[in-house]
Formats: sequence, C-alpha cells, structure tokens
Amino acid sequence: MIKNSAVEMAKALNSKEISSVELTQAHLDQISKVDTDVHAFLHVDSEGALAQARDVDARRKAGEKLAPLAGVPLALKDVLVQKGIPTTCGSKMLEGWRPPYDSTVVSRLKDNGIIILGKTNMDEFAMGSSTENSAYGPTHNPWDLTRIPGGSGGGSSAALAAFEAPLAIGTDTGGSIRQPAAVTGTVGVKPTYGGVSRYGLVAFSSSLDQAGPCARTVLDAAYLHEAIGGYDRMDSTSINAPIPPVVEAAKNGNVKGMKIGVIKELQGDGYQPGVLKLFNQSLDLLASLGAEIVEVSCKYFDYALAAYYLIAPSECSSNLARFDAMRYGIRVGEGSAEEVMNATRQQGFGREVKRRIILGTYALSSGYYDAYYGSAQKVRTLISRDFEAAFSKADVLVSPTAPTTAFKIGEKANDPIAMYLNDIATIPTNLAGIGGMSIPAGLADEDGLPAGFQIMAPAMKDDRMYQVGSALEAALLSQWGKPILDNAPSLGAR
Amino acid sequence: MDCERRWPDPKVIRARSESLGKVTFMSNISRDDVANLAKLARIDLSEEELNHLSKELSVILDAVARVQEVASADVPPTSHPLPLQNVFRVDEVRPSLTPNEALSGAPAQEEQRFKVPQILGEEQ
Repeated sequence: MIKNSAVEMAKALNSKEISSVELTQAHLDQISKVDTDVHAFLHVDSEGALAQARDVDARRKAGEKLAPLAGVPLALKDVLVQKGIPTTCGSKMLEGWRPPYDSTVVSRLKDNGIIILGKTNMDEFAMGSSTENSAYGPTHNPWDLTRIPGGSGGGSSAALAAFEAPLAIGTDTGGSIRQPAAVTGTVGVKPTYGGVSRYGLVAFSSSLDQAGPCARTVLDAAYLHEAIGGYDRMDSTSINAPIPPVVEAAKNGNVKGMKIGVIKELQGDGYQPGVLKLFNQSLDLLASLGAEIVEVSCKYFDYALAAYYLIAPSECSSNLARFDAMRYGIRVGEGSAEEVMNATRQQGFGREVKRRIILGTYALSSGYYDAYYGSAQKVRTLISRDFEAAFSKADVLVSPTAPTTAFKIGEKANDPIAMYLNDIATIPTNLAGIGGMSIPAGLADEDGLPAGFQIMAPAMKDDRMYQVGSALEAALLSQWGKPILDNAPSLGAR
Repeated sequence: MDCERRWPDPKVIRARSESLGKVTFMSNISRDDVANLAKLARIDLSEEELNHLSKELSVILDAVARVQEVASADVPPTSHPLPLQNVFRVDEVRPSLTPNEALSGAPAQEEQRFKVPQILGEEQ
C-alpha cells in the first residue's frame, strides 16, 4: 500500500479497505525501517499523526463527507510552523523551539484531514541545493545513499522516493521544490507566487519564497495543491483569486494543439548529456502526442543566477535579522544585548547562512546598493519581459529541471558557485513569480539516476503545467511499463 | 576554490557580451571589510571565517557583478512579482496568541515580558 499513489490510498480509505490509522502506521513503520539510512525526517510525530488518523477514521465512520485526501499521510518541510511541533528550519538557531501557532498551509492540511507525519530535513533556512547545509546532518538520496537528494527540500523529496510518505510539502525560493524532485524521480510544483499562503513559512527571501506540493504523481500533486492553495487574509501577498483548476487539468492531460516552447538558453553546455537526451526524448514524445514544439529565446536568463544571488541574500540578510536571541530560539553568551546577539548568531547560524547574510549586507550597504541590488532588480524586470515575450509564442515553456543528476555528498560542499549552478534552470521562474513543475523524465545513461523535465506556465495558469505534466507522465509511464521509482534500490535491507 | 574562476562559467553559459558594454569589476573584499559587515549583521565571526569569507565574497561578487552589464537606466526595477501597493485590512479584533503563547519560545521572561540583556552601555 505504501507504494501506491495518494489518490489510490484515498480510494482505499473511502471504500474502507484500509483505515487511516493502518495507513499512517504503515508509513511510520517504513520510517522506522529506512530513515536511519535516508534521514529525511528531523522530527516524527507518531502520536500526533495517529491521533489525527483516529479522528479522520471516526469522522468517516460517522458518515461525514471528507476532503479528497482525508486520511492520507504527508511529510512537512521543517520551514513551516506547526503548533507545538519542533520547527528548526535545519538550523541550530531554532533548536528546541515549538511554535505557538499553525502556518496557513498546516491549518489547511488539518482542515483537509491530511495526516502530518513529521518535519523533513532541509538546508538551513532553505539556503542550499543539496540538504548538506542542515545543521542536523545531510539527507541521503534513496536512489544512492552516497548522493544528495537535492535541496533545500531534500528531506521532502527523499521521503517520497523512500515511500515514507506519499505526499510532502516543500518551499521553493530558487528551485528548492523542483530540483529535489528532479534528482529523486518525484514530482514537485512551485505554484505561481501568491498562490499558496506564506503565513507561518519562516521567511528566507520574501519576494521569491513559495510553498507548494510534492508527490509521486502529477494528479496527487494537483489534489495537494488544491488543498493548500488559495487566498489567505493572513498573507498580504496572497492572490485573491480562485485556485487555477489544477485537479481537472491533471485528470485531462492533453497537449494536442498546444504550443510548447523550448528555452534555448536553458540547455547545451553545462548540462549533463544524459539529462539532455532525456529532455529531448520527452520533447519528441510531446510532439508525437500532438504538441507543436517551438524554440524561444530568453536572452536575459544568462543573468538570472547573478541577479538571484544578489536579491535572495539581500532579502535574507534583512529577514534573518529577526533571530536576535530575544523572543525565540537559542541565546548564547553574557553581557550586553549586542554581545549576546553577536554570540548567538555566530553559534546559531551555519556557514552558508552566514555567507549569504554577509553578502546581502554588502549588497544593500550604501555606495553599493545601486550597483548590486538595484541592478539585480532591473535584471528581474528583463527576465519577466523575456517570459512575457516567450509566452506570446508558446502556452508553456520547458527545460531540464536541473543540469545534472544527483551528485555525491561532499562533492560541491566547498565550492559555493558550483553549488549555485544547480538552480540555473529553476531560478528564472522565481524571479518572475510564475509557476514551475518538475516531473521525472527518466534515468540518465551515464549513472542510471533520475532527471527532471521542467514545465513553466504564466502567472495563475498553473493548470497548464498539470495538463502538460500529466500527459507527458502518462506517455512516459506507458513507455517504461512501470513507475520510475520501481527502479530504485530497496532500502532498509541491512 | 579556484579564485580565478568567473561565474557563470563560460562552459556553462555561452559568452554573450558582444554588443554589451563590458564592465570590468574586480571586487577585492578585505578581511577588515568582512569584519565591518559582520559587525553590521551582528555576527561574531571567527578569524578563520573572516579570512575565508573575504576570499569567497570577492569571487562571488565578481560573478554577480555581471548584472551591471544589462542594468541600463531605462529599465525599471522590479522589487516584487506582484504589482501590489499597500494592502490594508479592516482594523478589527480577532483571536490571537495569548501572552503565555507569545512568550512560550522566549529564552528568558519575567512578569509576562521578554527579558533581554542590557541594551544601553554604561556611557550611554
């Protein structure tokens, strides 16, 4: 049962073939079995999950009409607060902190009867592309435990690939949902900015951060998207409009007559040949399904990474000022408030977080502001214009999600620039605030590891990603004859 | 880390600066510069971190300085993906955290208040 899709699990729950308690226990058992090796979870809330499951079972038994995913378990990225449950953001700074309130995403999960199994590992404060920056140790890719599961949401993607949960929540500031999905053979969606509330999402870069669904199938992701999405008065940047019809789109995957734009700048040199081969095979498949493939050029994308590594650190240096040792989190040292702050932030923050805070402080300091942050904001405009022009020629845009498959743990740990390049294809959508989805494209020839196919749609046209994603997913599945994760080694056999 | 390396790596992204005014910007961030930034950011960096970060920051800044190549005066800046101005809500009383909940994560508290170390120095 744990290898089924969330929709299949929901069906079994509905027909009372299985109870939510049994389903939840099966996932808790799987976590016990494999998480010593995978380390996807920072905290497992067995009691809370089972209590929630008992409640859903009782309501179902009483004949209450439940939400589509009621009773299905989920893994929550540790950057979203859940009342009373430790929330660390992968940082020592918040060790032991138990938030006094629920994020809107968590409230909606609870309202939908979705069972929260626990909190997943991540790069500290979501800064990273490998989950190696977690203060609590790295997560291991279920496909090969010596490799990274992507980041920052590597815990969520690994939990899906290791069948520890059928659903997960991620957050994506520059690719932290999509790149982990790509390197673990799972599905990840960054909705349009403002499509899912940020209330209770610990801020990294507020103009870029976006929570979204992670799953093993496009339809599962769509149901989860509908469960967590939509307007929230607690987030002033939440879009006050209906959620795009993503479930309907995922159920009706079809690309006939659609124009699919291949972004010239997001392929070629620097991309692993096996990743590009899979990308091109997917394009051929889409063409055979009746889509028209057109090439588009987004010439300012070459500047996206540079703009991102000014904007995100700038916003982070401001956002993380809240960790001042006064109201929550750890407090280190004695003396004046300033001395305590200095000592606490020195001890509480890890290397990458300090690097970005210092970089952001520099980029925002007077004399450099216009040259760095100001110029990056202009590049942001140019990238949005590139997208607008491209979407005038195509309904969706596509690219490989990440330039390579999963690399070895430790391989890029001492080279921040090499690490930053992982997000080269995912960052432009965050800068423009549009949606992006990654679905498995297959296994690369060189290493037999999964690679992702990225689909991007205009703002609030998220349904188009699901429409194309589900069509491609079905076509690939019929080629492979079995789900991609069936090729992953079985875990916990030691 | 190879400090000569520019970013993005030419192998990764085709060089495309033909018609664009070339901006050469050699960042040289000293240990003292980083120490000053760390003071502003309230982080007590170690000597080793100061030295390490000054090298890394110079490389990263050289790489990100490329944004200046295309940031001409006629391009308006974008600070946010949504064209929002001020977002207001009705000023009404709604359920919120109790004082105990709000203080529940505090490193120290006293009389329903956050207890903080001395803020002003002796001479102030």
